[in-house]
Amino acid sequence: MSFDAAYQSKPFNSVGTRPLRPDGVDKVTGRARYGADFNMPGQLVARVLRSAHAHAKIKSIDTSRAEAVKGVKAVVTATDLPDLTDGDPALFAVLDNCIAREKVMYDGHAVAAVAAIDENAAKAALQLIEVDYEILPHVIDVDAATLPDAPVLNEAIFTQGVEPTPTTPSNVANRSEFGHGDVKVGFAQADFVVERSYKTEQTHQGYIEPHACVASCNPDGTAELWVCTQGHFVYRQICADLLGLEASKLRVTPSEIGGGFGGKTHVWAEPVALALSRKANRPVKLIMSREEVFRASGPTSATSIDVKIGAKQDGTITAAEATLRYTSGPYADMWAELGAMTSFACYDLMNVKTVGLEVVVNRPKVAAYRAPSAPMAAFAVESTIDELAQKIGMDSVDFRIKNAASEGTQSSYGPVYGPIGIGPTLEAAKAHPHMSAALGENQGRGMACGFWFNFGGQTCTDLNISADGTVTIAVGTVDVGGSRASLSLIAAEELGISYDCIKAVIADTSMLGYNDMTDGSRGTFSTSMATISAARNAIEVMRQRVALMWEIPLEDVYWEDGHAHAAGTKHGNRAPLSVKDIAAEAANTGGPIAGHSELVADGAGVSFATHICDIEVDPETGSSRVARYTVIQDAGKAVHPSYVEGQYQGGAAQGIGWALNEEYIYGEDGRLQNPGFLDYRIPVCSDLPMIDTQILEIPNPNHPYGVRGVGETSIVPPLAAIANAVSNAVGVRMAHIPVSPPRILAALNDAKD
Amino acid sequence: MRYERPQTIEAATALLAGTEAKSFVLAGGTDLLVRMQKDDFEAALIVDIKAISAMDTVTETDDSFVIGAAVPSAALSEDAALLAAWPGVVEAANLIGSTQIQGRCTIVGNLCNASPAADSVPALVAAGAVARVAGPSGTREVPAIEIPTGPGKTSLAKGEIIEAVVLPKPEARAGDAYLRFIPRTEMDIAVVGVGVNLTLDEGGIVTAARVALGAVGPKVILVNAAAKTLIGSKLEDTAIEALAEACSAASTPIDDKRGTVAFRKQVVGVLARRAAQTAYTRAGGK
Amino acid sequence: MSSIAVSTTINDDDVEFLCQPNETLLDVLRNRLGLMGAKEGCGTGDCGACSTIMDGRVVCSCLVLGAEAQGRTIETIEGMAKGSELHPLQRKFIEHAALQCGICTPGFLMAAKALLEVNPDPTESQIRFWLAGNLCRCTGYDKIVRAVQDAAAELRGDTP
Repeated sequence: MSFDAAYQSKPFNSVGTRPLRPDGVDKVTGRARYGADFNMPGQLVARVLRSAHAHAKIKSIDTSRAEAVKGVKAVVTATDLPDLTDGDPALFAVLDNCIAREKVMYDGHAVAAVAAIDENAAKAALQLIEVDYEILPHVIDVDAATLPDAPVLNEAIFTQGVEPTPTTPSNVANRSEFGHGDVKVGFAQADFVVERSYKTEQTHQGYIEPHACVASCNPDGTAELWVCTQGHFVYRQICADLLGLEASKLRVTPSEIGGGFGGKTHVWAEPVALALSRKANRPVKLIMSREEVFRASGPTSATSIDVKIGAKQDGTITAAEATLRYTSGPYADMWAELGAMTSFACYDLMNVKTVGLEVVVNRPKVAAYRAPSAPMAAFAVESTIDELAQKIGMDSVDFRIKNAASEGTQSSYGPVYGPIGIGPTLEAAKAHPHMSAALGENQGRGMACGFWFNFGGQTCTDLNISADGTVTIAVGTVDVGGSRASLSLIAAEELGISYDCIKAVIADTSMLGYNDMTDGSRGTFSTSMATISAARNAIEVMRQRVALMWEIPLEDVYWEDGHAHAAGTKHGNRAPLSVKDIAAEAANTGGPIAGHSELVADGAGVSFATHICDIEVDPETGSSRVARYTVIQDAGKAVHPSYVEGQYQGGAAQGIGWALNEEYIYGEDGRLQNPGFLDYRIPVCSDLPMIDTQILEIPNPNHPYGVRGVGETSIVPPLAAIANAVSNAVGVRMAHIPVSPPRILAALNDAKD
Repeated sequence: MRYERPQTIEAATALLAGTEAKSFVLAGGTDLLVRMQKDDFEAALIVDIKAISAMDTVTETDDSFVIGAAVPSAALSEDAALLAAWPGVVEAANLIGSTQIQGRCTIVGNLCNASPAADSVPALVAAGAVARVAGPSGTREVPAIEIPTGPGKTSLAKGEIIEAVVLPKPEARAGDAYLRFIPRTEMDIAVVGVGVNLTLDEGGIVTAARVALGAVGPKVILVNAAAKTLIGSKLEDTAIEALAEACSAASTPIDDKRGTVAFRKQVVGVLARRAAQTAYTRAGGK
Repeated sequence: MSSIAVSTTINDDDVEFLCQPNETLLDVLRNRLGLMGAKEGCGTGDCGACSTIMDGRVVCSCLVLGAEAQGRTIETIEGMAKGSELHPLQRKFIEHAALQCGICTPGFLMAAKALLEVNPDPTESQIRFWLAGNLCRCTGYDKIVRAVQDAAAELRGDTP
């Protein structure tokens, strides 16, 4: 049956309310089971040996002494994971990253792993593995890597997307370009032009739960993997491919997840755990330490961005241009491309051009981090927009309102927008009490806008109705922040029954068709789509059963308010039947009642936000304090408002940390100096004020309830909002993220001179 | 590795003196257990001193406060007399780490761990604290400033343990304060730390001063030149500017992941000024 | 290394276990006693996810040796509810949506419980500074602070 995803305006009974989440009790009592909370009988403990060199050839690895340690059951190197990637460069990058084959490419790159009966034996064995390295020169800075004399990481990289393709290898893996019009013409028309370069340092998603899994490989080709992941179906596919297993024979069960933010959409050490288990023929538990998480799981890109924007006296932007250099770690990827796409997405521009350059460096493999690549581009663009507004003499918000994209605008990255929220969030910001509140001494106010595409993707849902009329929904997208509550609300809405009668569970890979990862803010958007579809299918089945029970034609049965009704008076005034009534008769009318859905959710609906923040700067030390923060974002339709607020606040907090204090610090030797929560400084409770939120709802025309993805956009504006606030507080443009105290103090010192 | 929990100080020093290989004292454990996480950590013996009587108490005598080596930082602020007498020392001890850390960490451990950035040390040195050192051949008293000799190194001989830190009773019209610079509001290791202890006369003039700096050199620095800028003053602008300059000049910081030379030298002066003003107010000055 | 025998009290129960000298209390709780509510987020006392209450003080169990539990009184998240009755803090965390992924929640609950036992009427600032040793990456702390304030009010008998 085809599913109509178009938005239909209607009053809601369940959607938009704030019931308690179904998994809350387990989480407040410590019963919920995360990646490291699962054990299998006979399991071994794994430890991974990691390179202390940023760039080196592996000449040889001798594991014989390690293998002889009492209690060690298996030692693996790259030879235990033969290359089955069949020329797929993305898959090869995963393989090489999980265990180095010929070269180590960053400090922390895995070279071998051990499985033993206990921690002490594993540790002893690790120290006996002898690796002979030939150390190579390294490069870790995004700009240094593009210089002609930079060490080349990979002799097979010739910049893609450039005509003609270069004949000398370099560290620039690819070039992408977006835009329309003619920026040269546009700049010639401008009365004011601002041109500036910006840098942002590398940050990590910083989830509190380290990667953890239990892998069990059997000699008959079946295997199980318990793992904290945002995408168990994706993990199954990749691990099956790399291990040479059949996907259907590898059962991946997702644990509760202790934060992911994109970092757990990628496979890290799981293939190594499976390889160890296969070799030892015993289950293997592999947990990454906090240090390993920082050194060897995906941070974001570090960036270097040039922006030039020109506008007329009346505030109309005539041209906008950006060149964005993003690091991807050792393997080519598409992070710069995403940045180039999002840069000017908030604006309606005649002439716009963005160029993205992907740069490889000797740092860990970059992973998605909540609206990947967008925050850095927004920092550079929104800072320039602010500076330009000031140059023209226009208010920051009014300047943006004048140039904001709206329905019918051709976006800078290609598609034409439907109804969108950028204008409304700007108007709401202008009217918000925060905007007119008085500023204290040494305080500055900043605001900025942000955008994220949001994704749909493959989604499957099973909705089963028990004989007692209660409902179980089995979904394939991992719950990262309360989606089980939202999906239950949606099923309740669609079926017309109470939220309390519904239980949402996350199915493992053996129980459902393929589901794309929980990323791209697709968790609620896509799975709600599939849940609505499954619910409507279940309603169809119930109508058929009732037609049978009443012995009337199907077309005379309609569904309303959670009940089947007989249409008109010709069938007598039959009392409507509830889900419970129908389910009680299911065994006699054709068996258990269910609705299924397998679909590709499309049209996730772009989401815009405007943030306002007040920062207080200590002019003598450069110390800064977030005095006030407001998030205004379009959710399309907030299914569970408390959890939508939570996404806004959480994304903002991550952006604030990124803007103020978080950065990867490397030494001259290419080694990461702060792989821990002591010196990688995420915001603590006392660093932040209450974070005010305002949810706008401009319905997404491509979702039955108007839902848009919400999880990511809120990390996009903070870098710029904070930089703008600090710039206003100190009177100097802050162009380097994080805006840490030494950078602020240096700017203050410069301003005095 | 062995774990021992002796009941007396004599047993503890005997254990430490008698072990050839690496041995460590365990009080709060907030530094030691972090080191134990490293793969290359080696120890033959851990001596837990918390079962030794009087280790976990703060004792007030006629002329001093004796703080046992196992007293957690959090307990210091619960002792009203100590808090009133030495608010700077107590606030310094309660800045270490987090609530969880403060429930365990000790100022003796902080002193013996000998991190250049230790929070309690500048305050202890400014207060003129003395360490009571127990060893195989008896007890001796050592000014706290003489304990750390460099990053991670102390002047203690094999078999010696600090069993208590002794703070004198403060003079009348004396006040102390500790300030540190960290990028966040909690949790960070001090980028700069300053402890100031002032004594005033009835007219509000500074008659004695001790200014100690942390995290700006391989060990805590007691800056006599800084003290001289304050003595005889009522913290007028010229005096405190001279104080700031003296502290900057005396600092020998390095560039590291927590701060640069330039930043530390500039900020140490600012914090010295502010700590001195707080100490002055606490001493009754206006 | 030879094992050490330890007798202690956990959540009002008498408990005995064997552990290695270098095992932490966190290791013992999770790997020997089946008490997996305390989580390892960092292993170095920087995140608070392993918080437990020992002799009335909230501590990081990753920085306590299993051997040090001898003779002490330990509370973990598993002992916070009384039978089927959740502690007001637990209830308020759910009501206020003060958890998203929930991995930091046991640690926060332990720390907040310890706070309200020494300070039943904390200001927002006191709550924030007391909880600074508990990292949360999901919520931005706003709803956590509100939940603690609301639970404190209920425990004081202030709620209408």
